[in-house]
Amino acid sequence: MACFVVPAAEAVVTTVVHKVVTAKEKKESAAPGSLNMETAESKKIPFSHKLKWLNNMLWGGSALLAFEHLWHGEVTPWFPFLSAANSAGETAQMLHEMSTVGVTMAVLVTGVWGIMAVVSNVIEKRSQQETEQGELS
Amino acid sequence: MTLLTAVFAAVSSTVLWYFKDSKNQIKLGTLSLMYWGAALMWTADAVFAYAELGMEYFTPAPGEMLNDFFLGLSVTALGLIIWLALLLFHDPKGVVRQALHKDGSS
Repeated sequence: MACFVVPAAEAVVTTVVHKVVTAKEKKESAAPGSLNMETAESKKIPFSHKLKWLNNMLWGGSALLAFEHLWHGEVTPWFPFLSAANSAGETAQMLHEMSTVGVTMAVLVTGVWGIMAVVSNVIEKRSQQETEQGELS
Repeated sequence: MTLLTAVFAAVSSTVLWYFKDSKNQIKLGTLSLMYWGAALMWTADAVFAYAELGMEYFTPAPGEMLNDFFLGLSVTALGLIIWLALLLFHDPKGVVRQALHKDGSS
């Protein structure tokens, strides 16, 4: 009914977090003494870039699901925008769906992103070790 | 059917990103993440539908299946339109800027 609203709300939060993290990373890289760190850090994918993966999944998924809801007449272009908001019974059903299906969607997407971030960390560490071993030999 | 269409779109765009755009120059990575996001969300939806309907979930009426497939194709098209808009907005090869500059100078 309106399950996509939950991941869309998460997308708003992660977008704000992404902006803050990007600004922080820019500040850190501009700080004096950061040049020495650059060689080791340059091979690492910044956390802001990884957050962008989550943003893309959440925004993209929510947009496409919103279209599906529009297709089924559950989202309307006029106020209150959600057809389920017209009656108290349907509103309760919609809120129940948001708290079950919607939350599961958000948790699943975030969980998969977490796995992606962990796997990319492992790959980065492995390639860093290989470079170090190559330099020693 | 919508879930299946989204999964196929996600897999195809990921394969294209891997072989043709690993540096995400033409934003194929963004497109694939969008499709993966939608596919994951529909997976969660499918799990709840299966819990409610049981085996009936796997035997939809032909008309319903056709409508879902049509919806899946429309969703894929919408994803492509969003991707195209992003690509033209970011304009990584400067083609749009060049075209606008040409129009402005002529």
